[in-house]
Order: sequence, then C-alpha cells, then structure tokens
Amino acid sequence: MTAKPKLHYTNGRGRMESIRWLLAAAGVEFEEEFIEKKEDLEKLRSDGVLLFQQVPMVEIDGMKMVQTRAILSYIAGKYNLYGKDLKERAWIDMYVEGTTDLMGMIMYLPFQAADTKEKNLALIIERATNRYFPVYEKALKDHGHDYLVGNKLSWADIHLLEAILMAEECKPDILSAFPLLQAFKGRISNIPTIKKFLQPGSQRKPPADEKFIAVVRKIF
Amino acid sequence: MSGKPRLTYLNGRGRMEPVRWLLAAAGVEFEEVFLETREQYEKLIKDGVLMFQQVPLVEIDGMKMVQTRAILSYIAGKYNLYGKDLKERALIDMYVEGISDLMHMILMFHFSPPDAKEKNIDSVKDRATNRYFPVFEKVLKQHGQDFLVGNKFSWADVQLTEAILAVEEKIPAVLSEFPQLQAFKVRMTNMPTIKKFLQPGSPRKPPPDDHYVETVIKIFK
Repeated sequence: MTAKPKLHYTNGRGRMESIRWLLAAAGVEFEEEFIEKKEDLEKLRSDGVLLFQQVPMVEIDGMKMVQTRAILSYIAGKYNLYGKDLKERAWIDMYVEGTTDLMGMIMYLPFQAADTKEKNLALIIERATNRYFPVYEKALKDHGHDYLVGNKLSWADIHLLEAILMAEECKPDILSAFPLLQAFKGRISNIPTIKKFLQPGSQRKPPADEKFIAVVRKIF
Repeated sequence: MSGKPRLTYLNGRGRMEPVRWLLAAAGVEFEEVFLETREQYEKLIKDGVLMFQQVPLVEIDGMKMVQTRAILSYIAGKYNLYGKDLKERALIDMYVEGISDLMHMILMFHFSPPDAKEKNIDSVKDRATNRYFPVFEKVLKQHGQDFLVGNKFSWADVQLTEAILAVEEKIPAVLSEFPQLQAFKVRMTNMPTIKKFLQPGSPRKPPPDDHYVETVIKIFK
C-alpha cells in the first residue's frame, strides 16, 4: 500500500508551495487537507501530529514530516533530484538556499502595509536583479548545460523556476537582462510534469489575495 | 596548501557558530579569517568569492561554500553525522530545523532594542520550554538511547547541545523540568571532541557583547 503524500496547510502558497512544486515535478500525486479556521490548526496541535506545533506538515512514507527544508530534502533525495554525490548536493543546497531567501522576501509582501510593501518590492527587484539571478545566469553560462547541477534535472532547477515565476509576478520583465535564464525558464516549463503543474486545474496555488490574507491572519 | 577548512566571518558567534561546533565535534581542525572592517567585506564581494555576497564563507574541499545550512549539511554528510539512510536524515533535518528556529531567536535577541530585550528573553524561554525542549525530552525518553537519531552520534545531537548551552547562558535553570536533556547535556559535553571545544583557547566564540553588535552593524550596515 503506497499512500499518496498528504499535505496539511492553508489553501494558498505560503511555505507549502515549494513542496507542491517538487512533488509535482517528480510526478508524484498528492492529497491536500486545508486548514480553513483556527480550530483546524488547534485540532492538529492537540492531536499531537505537529512536531513543533507548526505547519507545513506532510504525511509521507509513514512519517509526519514538518519543517519545509527537511520535507523538501527528503523528497529530493527520494526522487533522485539531489545530485549524484555529496558535492553535487552541496551545490544544489547552496543554489536552493539562495532562491529560498529570494522567495522568502516575496512571500511576506502581501502581508505588509502599503508603504513597507512598496519599499520591499523595490528591494526584492534589486536583489533578484543584482544578487540572485546573476548567480544562476553565470552558472548556466559557465557550463553551458541545460540544468544547474550535474547536467541533470535537480531540485535546484525546479526551485529556480518557481522563484523566476514569482519574481515575474512582481515585475514581468525582470529577466530582461538574463538571456540564459529566459531560455532556462522555457526549457524547464516544458518538462511534461512541470508543464502539467503550470496548467489550470493543477494543485498550484495562485498568489495571495485579500481573502487568503484574511484567513491566514485569523488562523495564525 | 593546507587541507584544513577555512572559515571567513566576524570574530563572534553569529551564523558561523554552528559550523564551528560541527567541525569541532567531528574532530576537524580549521582556520579562521575574521572580518573586522567594511573594506575587508567589500573586497571579498569585489573578488567574487561570496556567491550571494554574504558570509558565512567556508572554503572546503575546493569549494567556496556559502549558506549556513548548505555548509552544515555538507559537513554532516562528509563526516558521517547525517544518519544511515534517507529516513534518519529526515529526522535529523527536522530536529535541526526546529533547533535552528530557537537559535535564531537568540541570535536576534542581541540585536533587539534594550526595551524589547526582556520580552524577547521571555519568548525564548517560552519557546524553549514549551515548544522545543519537550520534543527532544520525549524523543530521548521514548527510545532510551544516548543519541537523538539511530542510536548514533549525529549533527542533531551537536546542534541540540549548542542550543541548550546558548539558552542556559540566558536562562540558567531552563533544563530544570527536563531530566533526559540534563543527562544528554552531560553525555554530550563529555565527548572528547566537544569537551575540548568547550575548554578555553578553543575556536568557540563568546556570547555577543556590545562591541560585536557594533561591528556587525558597521560591516553589514
């Protein structure tokens, strides 16, 4: 009996979206249970299924996994998206930590007051353009391969695509100075599992709207 | 060319301290370069050695590694402190991530304004005693083994030991309700490599003082 992984989170992107991306890219079907009100979270807590009282929580292979990075690392390892050895894993980890920092900034935007939001949006665009995207553009340029690490699709590629699309939602032409990333985006988006995830009706979640923000504020 | 890893950071704990702990616990000697001025930091950026223009930087096995978690994972994997399979690694990762969240609160505490400090210490105490320490107390009680995962010394044990000592510096009696953790702390601090790291003259850094906080602000603005 292989049960599908079951994801526990609110019905929105937040910290669970990268997990949805990775499972989808790996071609793994999963179920979702949405936390809609505070009572739902409190029940999970009182049932003792949240190791540190927090979500995301993913039921997978008999474990109730928490902590986004731990979950992502497990999925990457299980589905051969984590490189072939320790050194490739190190490169994937470094790249993913960078895209995590960038997406982390974007994730909090909808929850900020108007003036802070404007300042932070400018910072996100500056960081994406001057700190993060140049690294990945250079990596692709230096080795000329289709993928970031080891000439093979890995977690780093999937995470970078997610980050690119999120950044484009902030500024549609944000990749204008990065021709290799534009090509990368086209290639990775066309991988069948990812292409499917990018189509309407998939489990990909939309950007946070007013309704989602209100739900999150009430629950957490 | 020495084979020793070389750490570049400020002369203080910050985000590098868990790396120092893990290398020391693994019995690995390392060198350190300390950033003392903004100019030094800007030079590193100009030289292109910081992937995301940030430290910590650890030069190890021909790589210029950045991002604390990536560095720690590499060291753990290399020195067999990462469990025997994917599932043990998952447990270690979960435990380490939880402890990191607690350590982050302590890291931020030193940079909070004076009037917020007392409230922040209370938050640290609350989280340590109600969210984090009970988890590890229960884990140790349930399997009755000396180490958190797989009956073998791992990164998770090192990280938890570091966290316990860091919290105790602020809240000395924090382990009073946790007998398993008290025993764990004694066991871990008596392991030869860790015992050595805890002695004066080791690369272990003291808690941040005003001078360190000023240096951080000066260098990173």
